[in-house]
Amino acid sequence: MIETIAQQPMLAALIAMVGLGLLFGALLGYAAEKFKVQGDPIVEQIDALLPQTQCGQCGHPGCRPYAESIGKGGEINKCPPGGQATINAIASLLDVPAPELDAEHGEEADVKTVAYIREDECIGCTKCIQACPVDAILGAAKLMHTVIMSECTGCDLCVEPCPVDCIDMLPLEDGIKQWHWPAPQKVADLIATDRTPQEASL
Amino acid sequence: MQEFAIILVSSILINNYVLVQFLGLCPFMGVSNKLESAIGMSAATTFVLTLTAMASYIVDVMVLMPLGLIYLRTIAFILVIAAVVQFTKMFIEKTSPLLYRVLGVFLPLITTNCAVLGVALQNASKDLNFMQSSLYGFGAGAGFSLVLIFFSAMRERLAAADIPIPFQGAAIAMITAGLMSLAFMGFSGLV
Repeated sequence: MIETIAQQPMLAALIAMVGLGLLFGALLGYAAEKFKVQGDPIVEQIDALLPQTQCGQCGHPGCRPYAESIGKGGEINKCPPGGQATINAIASLLDVPAPELDAEHGEEADVKTVAYIREDECIGCTKCIQACPVDAILGAAKLMHTVIMSECTGCDLCVEPCPVDCIDMLPLEDGIKQWHWPAPQKVADLIATDRTPQEASL
Repeated sequence: MQEFAIILVSSILINNYVLVQFLGLCPFMGVSNKLESAIGMSAATTFVLTLTAMASYIVDVMVLMPLGLIYLRTIAFILVIAAVVQFTKMFIEKTSPLLYRVLGVFLPLITTNCAVLGVALQNASKDLNFMQSSLYGFGAGAGFSLVLIFFSAMRERLAAADIPIPFQGAAIAMITAGLMSLAFMGFSGLV
């Protein structure tokens, strides 16, 4: 068999290369099935509920690591920027009772704030830029820095490193762009049901 | 046993693939900025080199030689390397997500490392047996790791050193690599 194929160089080359290709393809196809990596779907859902301030007040380096720790069964009351609303949302997602916000990690702010740099006093040390978890501060060494308001999450992390204390946390003013309808008053869940609202109202 | 030791010394020091044969220079220059990534890259490359040396030996002896297709070695080995690297990537992604994140983009880049193809082709032209070719593959990987880690450690120091302006950046890296290569030439005639 091998001799007859070997006598036809063209055919032999064709068979060998196609055969090798098929073999490796099959191997990789099998490996792709066997070594499939599945992300944890619950972590994605928790991460979507978190405020994405990346402030690190929960003790994790960002919102996603915090979501992963919740996914492994960690506490859900460590997020001050999200406040009670986020805790309630995660609790209803995981179907567990909603605890109070853990005061150890900070208090929920009443108003949303943004950082504001008093630009006359800024010495251009870039320390706040390094502290900012969402890259909302612009500037270069020995040049004035400024905050991109739409990117700032109000996490306070830049206030502490500033050597000349020129960063203020100002309350975000309710303008026409920020205003939104207040959430409807939620009546407590009357009866737990699997049916959709349309069915339930019948 | 002595034969294996000679193969290892020869492939790590005397015929070092980077500094003596000048193969695989792109990762040598590209990944040597930080010691941490250099270590990750060396581990992955050593693993891939050993595995490809074995796989290409099998392909060479079982498929190419009986069919008289030795002229197809290069293209067949490229196929083997690509498959092995892809397999390694999937395997590491599943078994060690942390290592996978550290290696990141370097893992697929090993496919284009010319040292990998160089080892496979040289092994095939040297008429080695299976054990010898896998040892050559491992030795090539170990030699690559050795010089890559040395070089990145030096570059980390160079980053903080007071270098004259014309030599800053890539220029001093090239000079360092040249001096290292000269030093490794001194190993010739060791065995």
